[in-house]
Amino acid sequence: MAAQNFKHALFSAVVTLIISYPILGFNLVSEGISVQLEGADTFTLVGVFAAAVVVFLFQLFRDTIMGGLGKLPALNPMANRPPMPQRKRLKVESVLLTLMLIGALFWPFIASRGAVDLATLVLIYIMLALGLNVVVGLAGLLDLGYVAFYAVGAYSFALLSQYFGISFWFALPIGALLAALFGLVLGFPVLRLRGDYLAIVTLGFGEIIRILLNNMTNLTGGPNGIGGIPDPTLFGMEFGRRVKEEGNTSFHETFGIAYAGEHKVIFLYLIALVLAVITALVIRRLMRMPVGRAWEALREDEIAAKSLGLSRTAVKLSAFTIGAFFAGFAGTVFASKQGFISPESFVFLESAIILAIVVLGGMGSQMGVILAAIAVTILPELAREFSEYRMLIFGAAMVLMMVWRPQGLLPMRRIHIELKPQG
Amino acid sequence: MLVLEDVHTHYGKIEALHGVSVQVNKGEIVSLIGANGAGKTTLLMTVCGNPRASSGRVILQGKDITNDLTSNIMRSGIAIVPEGRRVFSGLTVEENLHMGGFFNTKAEIRKSQEHVYELFPRLKEREHQRAGTMSGGEQQMLAIGRALMSRPNMIILDEPSLGLAPLVIKQIFEIIGQLREEGITVFLVEQNAHQALNLADRGYVLETGRIRLHDTGKNLLENPDVQNAYLGG
Ligand SMILES: Nc1ncnc2c1ncn2[C@@H]1O[C@H](COP(=O)(O)OP(=O)(O)O)[C@@H](O)[C@H]1O
Ligand SMILES: [Mg+2]
Repeated sequence: MAAQNFKHALFSAVVTLIISYPILGFNLVSEGISVQLEGADTFTLVGVFAAAVVVFLFQLFRDTIMGGLGKLPALNPMANRPPMPQRKRLKVESVLLTLMLIGALFWPFIASRGAVDLATLVLIYIMLALGLNVVVGLAGLLDLGYVAFYAVGAYSFALLSQYFGISFWFALPIGALLAALFGLVLGFPVLRLRGDYLAIVTLGFGEIIRILLNNMTNLTGGPNGIGGIPDPTLFGMEFGRRVKEEGNTSFHETFGIAYAGEHKVIFLYLIALVLAVITALVIRRLMRMPVGRAWEALREDEIAAKSLGLSRTAVKLSAFTIGAFFAGFAGTVFASKQGFISPESFVFLESAIILAIVVLGGMGSQMGVILAAIAVTILPELAREFSEYRMLIFGAAMVLMMVWRPQGLLPMRRIHIELKPQG
Repeated sequence: MLVLEDVHTHYGKIEALHGVSVQVNKGEIVSLIGANGAGKTTLLMTVCGNPRASSGRVILQGKDITNDLTSNIMRSGIAIVPEGRRVFSGLTVEENLHMGGFFNTKAEIRKSQEHVYELFPRLKEREHQRAGTMSGGEQQMLAIGRALMSRPNMIILDEPSLGLAPLVIKQIFEIIGQLREEGITVFLVEQNAHQALNLADRGYVLETGRIRLHDTGKNLLENPDVQNAYLGG
């Protein structure tokens, strides 16, 4: 046992060296037109060796360290309690959600403009995560390219408004439906794949969409993006200082109040709030309908589900399409909030963050997803000084999470994810 | 009702069924017995189209279903109780039953559910319990109940007695007999040859992917070869 640990630790340390030494230990320095290879300074080299030692020690005492971590839940009074019965739990969840909703309604009137703006972003992430939760948490499909549907929603609105002058309220359903259509068309060939393969193909799809947006310069403006995306209106009332669209009126003039930049921010926040609530309610409803139970059944036991006449493709496709629909929804709101979008907003990292929210929240549970969305969006804002180390902290948090509480903060009653190829 | 004609089935390049012909008539109980690995499960799954037969024909109620999709086959009046029960362990008993009647109307579901609870009062007691927390026997009852929810004309059972206590096995076989009274055709696969043949109108013996014997249940029980190989001498 100990000998085996030692061998493994030595191996890991050597791998660390092999990987990090060439990457960090050498620098390319350009001298005139030629490029010279130079060794890095001693500090870096010491760092590389120190890292190898740390890896070695960690692997050597892994059992002890992990054992210690495994005991951590004892510190958390919630962790070891038996799960509440389903009914009671649903009730508690409803009460909490209602309280949160009331708090959210008052938020824009007590918080600063920046805080309201950030809260709008949180709501967009909540929509995204609730949608991805259907795909990953409920249907058990590991989708790493979810951001593609978000992009489709955002660009639909941007392009429709640029070329056809279509307003937010019309673009909202169109963007969502277009994203759903993309989901349907992509899902059809892809959903035959299982587990890991599905993850890789969806990852590729996400990148393809982004690269397409980047390169179709004529249509999308390429890396320069699209600007001047209009704000939503309230029954034909605009929130700008001056009315841009003919036939519209202005909000502050109609109500005879002074113009304030906050009005627009608050209005957008409230729209996002309403849409997030709609998303949560619709998905809750779907979960109780036969289609929701079919997702669950297929995830739990594919052979049994098929033996009851369920079609794997149809069931998974429905989850994929519905997930894409809500990403499109969120994308439209995002485009309107930013007023400007470019492919840079839809990189793989976004998919990773949304997925992290779902995993962190406990796959399948809405309450958990909402809390996780708040945490993941707000914490980096609070810790701006550490922004360089954001990804490092993010990665470390995920690893710790997997060790300490793999089922997420607030897991759904039933959890299971399809990662291995089966049947 | 169900006819298999010279069916060959492959797993990749390996042939698991080497030309099997079986017939199940309306209203009968037909038992298929065979040792572990003989290909019994493969035969049943071939009927369901998962995997498909690589040659030969499968005919269900006069219709050739050899190349149909599993989802279509399973919606045409046939239901299977798969090997190892395969109930949805995270769902409650009631939710499991509702999955069984997925393509039926609400009224039909309510009726079938009542009927299943009549057959298995035990399931009614456990209505809101998660299936995974029940005993093996109860799970088997649930698997049978779930299959009955779609109101099939024919039910296929893959080793329903596997790993159950003798008393529970007796109960399960009684229910299977009762299903015949209700006019449901039964195709039963068992390693528990004695009880399966006792109950059956006719029986088949499957050995390494081939049908070795075919006779009435009674004759097979008295057949010395069968007695030696499957009834413990
Ligand atoms: N999914 C599979 N892939 C490859 N071979 C299989 C598979 N399932 C069964 N087999 C093989 O097919 C043969 C018949 O298996 P099976 O139909 O399960 O037998 P039984 O149900 O009579 O025990 C066995 O040799 C088994 O190894
Ligand atoms: Mg078998």
